[in-house]
Amino acid sequence: MADLCAVVGVGQTKHASCRADVSIAGLVREAVDRALADANIGIDDVDAIVIGKAPDPLEGVAMPELWLADALAAHGKPVFRVHTAGSVGGSTAIVAAQHVMAGIHGTVLTIGFEKQSDGNAMWALSVPIPFGMPVHAGAGGYFSPIVRGYIKRSGAPSHVGAMVAVKDRTNACRNPYAHLHEPDWTLEKALESPMMWDPIRFVETCPSSDGAMALVLMSEERADKHAGPKAWVHATAMRSEPTAFAGREQVSPRAGEMCAEDLWRKGGITNPAKEIDVAEIYVPFAWFEPMWLENLGFASRNEGWRWVEDGITDIGGALPVNPSGGVMSTNPIGASGMLRFGEAAMQVMGKAGEHQIDGARKAIGHAYGGGSQFFAMWLVSNGKP
Amino acid sequence: MSEADGIMRLRQPISVTYNWSAGPNATSHLNGLLAGTLIGKRCPSCSLVYFPPRNGVCPKCARVLGDDVVVGPRGTITTFCVVNVPFLGQKIKLPYVAAQILLDGADISMQHLIQECEAGDVRIGMRVEPVWKDRSEWGPSLENIAHFRPTGEPDRDMGVEAGAS
Repeated sequence: MADLCAVVGVGQTKHASCRADVSIAGLVREAVDRALADANIGIDDVDAIVIGKAPDPLEGVAMPELWLADALAAHGKPVFRVHTAGSVGGSTAIVAAQHVMAGIHGTVLTIGFEKQSDGNAMWALSVPIPFGMPVHAGAGGYFSPIVRGYIKRSGAPSHVGAMVAVKDRTNACRNPYAHLHEPDWTLEKALESPMMWDPIRFVETCPSSDGAMALVLMSEERADKHAGPKAWVHATAMRSEPTAFAGREQVSPRAGEMCAEDLWRKGGITNPAKEIDVAEIYVPFAWFEPMWLENLGFASRNEGWRWVEDGITDIGGALPVNPSGGVMSTNPIGASGMLRFGEAAMQVMGKAGEHQIDGARKAIGHAYGGGSQFFAMWLVSNGKP
Repeated sequence: MSEADGIMRLRQPISVTYNWSAGPNATSHLNGLLAGTLIGKRCPSCSLVYFPPRNGVCPKCARVLGDDVVVGPRGTITTFCVVNVPFLGQKIKLPYVAAQILLDGADISMQHLIQECEAGDVRIGMRVEPVWKDRSEWGPSLENIAHFRPTGEPDRDMGVEAGAS
């Protein structure tokens, strides 16, 4: 039986398109200092550090964990670096939690970051590969045909993506750390936004951000003696599948369904739609909100878009999704998954401020990466399992 | 927070050239491209045909792929994207259609460019054929095909699983 693990501190940077005021180390340290202050501990109290980021070409710094060890005061401590593409922020938090659950370390600091303004994300995600025709155009070019497949399969009306975009951009105005603060979006205006990767409109895409998220995790023994709110980790799950294989369901990948089934089973959840109070889901393109609602088992197949239309995922709806504004408002890729995990923790700790969902007891953080091939999820609660 | 006074930022270009070892399975596919033939590989376990055969291993069965299978040259569009966004290193004039094409005889789609029709006329299920570049420009690459164009045949019904690979 694994030990219990709790989140006792959460800290994130102010996210922006360009944090020219800090180095990568400075950006990471800003999140770490806030997480440590939130946990009311010092950096000397940390036993181990687990850090994650997306591909190194995003900033052009190979193995940044080596030189970030300085800024993390990691001398004499183990440092681990995790990499699972865009899901890395989630899988990094899971690896950190597993060090605690395994009884190896009592207090673990975990960080996800990306400083995209130091490089060129579109280029880094569009490098020609020997077998392919170079017609893809960044992540949007990859995911847009999949969105087209979802729209055809589900019969969703074309305004659903814009509805999600307006919701997330509006939610972000309640989150002081969010990159985009754009209070003036309306559905009418969003529908006039230009088609970037048809059928994906400009407003339906995430920004490119600089930012970091850090969490302090503790064992049950330490957390029990620790004053302040906690988010107990009830379940974690990860699954992978190849990017391409014959007959692959790209709209709702089997690995994502398996990951969710595993999470619900481990967490003792039999009816996610009823039992989960708030969800922070990795939605880099607006249409992925209804797609992931189905993949996660919240909505039935081809019904996810109705949840959006019915306002179920709004703040105040039955299942608020991304009250923080989500990836649609803040996307430092390597941090984005941990932002989902950390925001879920903040909700059950009652620390989400203006975007707090009243009475949130159970929340999930979700992340995916690569060609929808890596999935990472956790279920947190204000009470012990 | 965009530009901070007094904080230095240095532009540091990086360039690197790699060698890539194709392995025996992918080599027959690449040799096929040099000869103007589209060669895929059949999995000896599930019998599905992979084009291109990428790593020479069936991603589902993890078995080493077996016999060469000539596929195409015609195929069907399974889904597509109309690209309107400019980016560094882009080689094609905007807007263009990047489509997933299921070549006849293959069991997995591959991405290529659609030209010789309006972007707005491209459909899921549309039949297309390759237009090869001049042989003097060929290398071991799918770029030997300049683009795909509509054949004018009736559309194929791709079923409800449009978007599946």
